[in-house]
Amino acid sequence: MGDIPIQRSEMKLTDEEVRHIALLARLGISDAEVEKFREQLSNILENFDILSQADTEGLAPTSQSVVLENVYRPDEPGPSLPVAEVLANAPDREDNSFKVNAVLE
Amino acid sequence: MSDLHRLTIHEAHALLKEKKISSVELTRATLKYLESTDGKIRACMRITADHALESAKAADKAIAEGRCSPLTGVPAIIKDNMCTRDITTTCSSKMLENFVPPYNAHVIERLNSVNAVMVGKANMDEFAMGSSTENSAFFTTRNPWKTDCVPGGSSGGSAAAVAADACIYALGSDTGGSIRQPAGFCGVVGLKPTYGRVSRYGLVAFASSLDQIGPLAKDVTDAALVMNVIAGHDKRDSTTVQMEVPDYTKALKTDIKGLRVGVPREYLVEGMQPGVSQAIEAAIRQLEKLGAKVDRNVSLPNTRYGLAAYYILAPSEASANLARYDGVKYGYSYHETTSMWEAMQKTKQHGFGAEVKRRIMLGTYALSAGYYDAYYLKAQKVRTLIKRDFDRAFEAYDVLLTPTSPTVAFKIGEKADDPVQMYLSDVCTLPINIAGVPAISIPAGFVDGLPVGMQFIGKHFAEETLLRAAYAYEQSTPWHKQKPAIA
Repeated sequence: MGDIPIQRSEMKLTDEEVRHIALLARLGISDAEVEKFREQLSNILENFDILSQADTEGLAPTSQSVVLENVYRPDEPGPSLPVAEVLANAPDREDNSFKVNAVLE
Repeated sequence: MSDLHRLTIHEAHALLKEKKISSVELTRATLKYLESTDGKIRACMRITADHALESAKAADKAIAEGRCSPLTGVPAIIKDNMCTRDITTTCSSKMLENFVPPYNAHVIERLNSVNAVMVGKANMDEFAMGSSTENSAFFTTRNPWKTDCVPGGSSGGSAAAVAADACIYALGSDTGGSIRQPAGFCGVVGLKPTYGRVSRYGLVAFASSLDQIGPLAKDVTDAALVMNVIAGHDKRDSTTVQMEVPDYTKALKTDIKGLRVGVPREYLVEGMQPGVSQAIEAAIRQLEKLGAKVDRNVSLPNTRYGLAAYYILAPSEASANLARYDGVKYGYSYHETTSMWEAMQKTKQHGFGAEVKRRIMLGTYALSAGYYDAYYLKAQKVRTLIKRDFDRAFEAYDVLLTPTSPTVAFKIGEKADDPVQMYLSDVCTLPINIAGVPAISIPAGFVDGLPVGMQFIGKHFAEETLLRAAYAYEQSTPWHKQKPAIA
């Protein structure tokens, strides 16, 4: 079969889909934003329709453009940034740690 | 001496080396002019006057000790997505409004190693996402040629500052055109190096397989001089290559007899401004006069897929890169809740602007279950097609020539509510990042008082060929000598 064709009819996002995507991204979203993004993202996705015309049968994907592959270096210990400097930007901290709200509720 | 801020790097260097001026004098003059014009242009997120004067004093000391390389003591503006130790680095985002990096980006280390002087951090589209600086969370930079027009983006602050002579040169970053498009809109030189030529260490990540740092400069010679300092391998960015860095100034020759120039017809796009195509046509004739062999019948057939492929690949990578802004380690943090998940969601909701959110949503969608093959994998295969187009073209041509953007600078507000129209202003620059090849934008005339940018594209690591073509054209045309009148 080859590549999955992108169907134009699938391009109109629903409010539920927009909320689901936002949840996947852990991005809070207002009702007004749901409406705005539904229209704008649908419009952008329609413009992606053109890719279904590209014949990519049997082609390997390119993830980066330069020939390097599997770059290794010796695992040598070196100086790290001082803890105080790393924590200086933390919104909330306790002793030498970042502080977060409880993960399990 | 007045008007020191108007010097190029090579002019300033000559005066510094002969001790006709000091770096402190040059830096003071530049700061004075920057401070007096920036109310109008708004190129800078922050003017770093104290830091600059300290660096200038250190530069003068180095010069007195006989260490005067071309960037020594010369004032620059740095795009605000490159980490500067102890100096706020905002990415023009509320998310990083108060972020003070504990380390320097690799390019900053390189500049410091030759006693360069940073006079400011440049405004940009938030997280480098945009083509006009209108996506800055704080303010929009003005085009020095017409202040009701955008300077382009995302490196719009860097380009506007160079065009306004408010610094000697600037650094920008380019993910889909973010150095070249503003360089074109502001009438300066902008070079996007080959992917892997300049370290991205300390550059706030947008789309890691596309991002690259490069110079914005007043002429081609200056772009070469900056490349000499910032290019090279860095073990902290494993995508940088272990290739020797040439002396790029050796490529600056006015002889381009026999240079094979291809003009891909797909880049002379529908909707291109007539004035832009006329300027490119005149530039082609000029190159022919200089002895280049120009072929106008070149085709890169997969160019038509560039925009769609880019707007899948870049947002996908961005959605992964920007997941780190969770309000825990640094940056804005929403605190009015005891729920970890709510805090994370509200942090992103209040910390990011509309375009950043749009791209996170787009990328998350393209990577999500059920759509990965249709969008992301498909776009990566199309990337192979686009790359092959370039590989094939560079068997027959030394450089390709295109407009940098289909239009000159547009009015502030004109495209702000229409993402697709905004994306189209990068249609000539995006494919270059997809293929990872280098490209340079240079001034090629004017339309109604606004600069036209012309782009040369080269094969991987052929920056020298680009610089040679650009230099020969520049030296035979008056464009780079023309300056905006800032009232």
